[in-house]
Amino acid sequence: MSDQIIPILMPKWGLSMRVGTLAAWHVEAGTDITPGDEIMDVETDKIANAVEAADGGLLRRCVGQAGEIYPVQALLGVIAPSSVTDAEVDAYVDAFEMPEVEEEEDTGPSYEFAELEIGKIRYTERSGDGVPVVLIHGFGGDLDNWLFNIDALAEKAPVYALDLPGHGQSVKAVANPNLETMVSAVIQLMDHLKLEKAHLVGHSMGGLVAAQTGISNPKRVASLSLICSAGLGDEINAEYIDGFVFAANRKELKPKLKHLFADESLVNRSMVDDLLKYKRLDGVQVFLDALRDNLFGSGKQVVNVIAGLDALECPQQVIWGEADAVIPQAHANGINGALVTIVADAGHMVQMEESSRVNELLKDML
Amino acid sequence: MARTLSMKDAINEAIDQEMGRDPTVIMMGEDIVGGAGADGEDDAWGGVLGVTKGLFAKYPNQMIDTPLSESAYVGAAVGAATCGLRPIAELMFVDFLGVCFDQIFNQAAKFRYMFGGKAETPVVIRAMCGAGFRAAAQHSQMLTPIVTHIPGLKVVCPSNAYDTKGLLIQAIRDNDPVIFLEHKNLYASECDVPEEPYAIPFGEANIVREGGDVTIVTYGLMVQNSLAAADMLKKEGIEVEVIDLRTLSPIDMDTVIESVEETGRLVCVDEASPRCSIATDVSACVARDAFKSLKAPIEMVTPPHSPVPFSPALEDLYIPSPDKIAAAVRKTMEA
Repeated sequence: MSDQIIPILMPKWGLSMRVGTLAAWHVEAGTDITPGDEIMDVETDKIANAVEAADGGLLRRCVGQAGEIYPVQALLGVIAPSSVTDAEVDAYVDAFEMPEVEEEEDTGPSYEFAELEIGKIRYTERSGDGVPVVLIHGFGGDLDNWLFNIDALAEKAPVYALDLPGHGQSVKAVANPNLETMVSAVIQLMDHLKLEKAHLVGHSMGGLVAAQTGISNPKRVASLSLICSAGLGDEINAEYIDGFVFAANRKELKPKLKHLFADESLVNRSMVDDLLKYKRLDGVQVFLDALRDNLFGSGKQVVNVIAGLDALECPQQVIWGEADAVIPQAHANGINGALVTIVADAGHMVQMEESSRVNELLKDML
Repeated sequence: MARTLSMKDAINEAIDQEMGRDPTVIMMGEDIVGGAGADGEDDAWGGVLGVTKGLFAKYPNQMIDTPLSESAYVGAAVGAATCGLRPIAELMFVDFLGVCFDQIFNQAAKFRYMFGGKAETPVVIRAMCGAGFRAAAQHSQMLTPIVTHIPGLKVVCPSNAYDTKGLLIQAIRDNDPVIFLEHKNLYASECDVPEEPYAIPFGEANIVREGGDVTIVTYGLMVQNSLAAADMLKKEGIEVEVIDLRTLSPIDMDTVIESVEETGRLVCVDEASPRCSIATDVSACVARDAFKSLKAPIEMVTPPHSPVPFSPALEDLYIPSPDKIAAAVRKTMEA
């Protein structure tokens, strides 16, 4: 019986998440849900987001109560066809073993560090079979930008996400904060991890890095997925870039971050604080200043990779948030033969705002 | 995995990283080397609570054990600062500041002004402060108002390990004298602290909790007690905003005023004695600059005007407790 029953569980967003608050249900028992439907809101101390259904079917039971806190992987709801009796659903719920709140010593996935020629690079790894995926974040970001994607992609392939030089917890003191340095960091990490070939997924500036990595090393790239990518046109929102680089405190930074999302309420205190903490690390300000000058000096994008991509034979796709306020969505159509998807209700951080849609598109490429 | 560090270890790491980066950073104090040159294990102590343990082994030329004479070595540190070093002088307890008032108030604080900007005094004077350690009246005071009163001194009193590391690095790099006060009952408190060095600018208060009904302004250990009070009050439907001043000179009154303009109610929580304190200073500024926003009289929660008692029962009563803070917040709500 129970192979027809699909549980809805508390998701795990990022390594530090142990519990989440089920803020609200968007659906009630008896609703037929399809994958991608927003079924509930979950909040952690770091982030609040809608949870999209991974599976479809008839929602039989809302087990989790709105406003309550549950450990990661706790049973929140039950999906089952009407052929399954209520008694069987009850038995499933009763038999479900609620997980304990993970202790600090828990040996889940963690961050790794690689000592490369370029310096220390932080990355995280999800093991699996097949050609691996490498996720490359954007300007001022870090590997946690892939919070809602990494585990979903790991269902189909090994996944790696890194902090580029000057970002996250990777080396800050690099001689030349420019595109070549970013590309060589990706290649050095792939060498270190013995990844002969990988599906490269890049967001924003990370898209430019992924594209240039492919153009310079065509044999190392199985496919390219460029999300709201730089390098495909001239325009970029200089107010955002400059504002991010020069914001000295929470009050200055917060309004700039609102450019990143279609739903501005996603910019919470914790996100602003974490970015401010990053910006205050020794060496980051100098690095960001220089990288901005090299890539987006005078308010325009300096590098254009369209010609290089046209010559590249691997499969390519472009994904864009319809409401992107940082890089114009019109840039999505520049590459000949690339699959283009415009995602509604999402801004520049489309991989966070509409994660399950983006995850599907990324998985289709594997 | 994010790394957690205690405030005590955050102080050690800040000094360690700055000494490694800049050989002009030196440290002077009583027993900070601890046992060097004497019989027994070198570097056994690392200060009265082990804060500097291990630093002498790494930087033998930058760590100086001094005789028990605060007036002598604080004066030496101030002089060395004007001549190109960046000394950190450690007083075991801020209560001993009294014997070196001249060096601090008349010399360090005045050099930049009296020499027409030609002299800089990049000295940091670190000391433990605060009550609750069963250390009696001469080792338990919160003397933040006394140093905040003196123009020319910068005054820092952090509430957590993350701020401590960033503010201490800023203090060491700052070209003016900084009084850096560490609450001894926070030494063991832990939070996420980046391994890399970072500096937090002075004069930037931290809103540690957002809320729309009442603003609590505080610093140091009282941040914890205020947050505990806010948790209690939330259950009663009262949303409290808690502002941690972090630095008392310069002070970030803009953040305080903006918050009070939203909430209309202010409770100042200060572990210092009630007269001429940080609480009275903040209250006066708000009464002047945001009077029209106030919906209720300003409340202050402080110890009584008495020395810190040695009796544990009385010492516990002396310190502003979450219950007393919550009562003051409720009073502003009833007005």
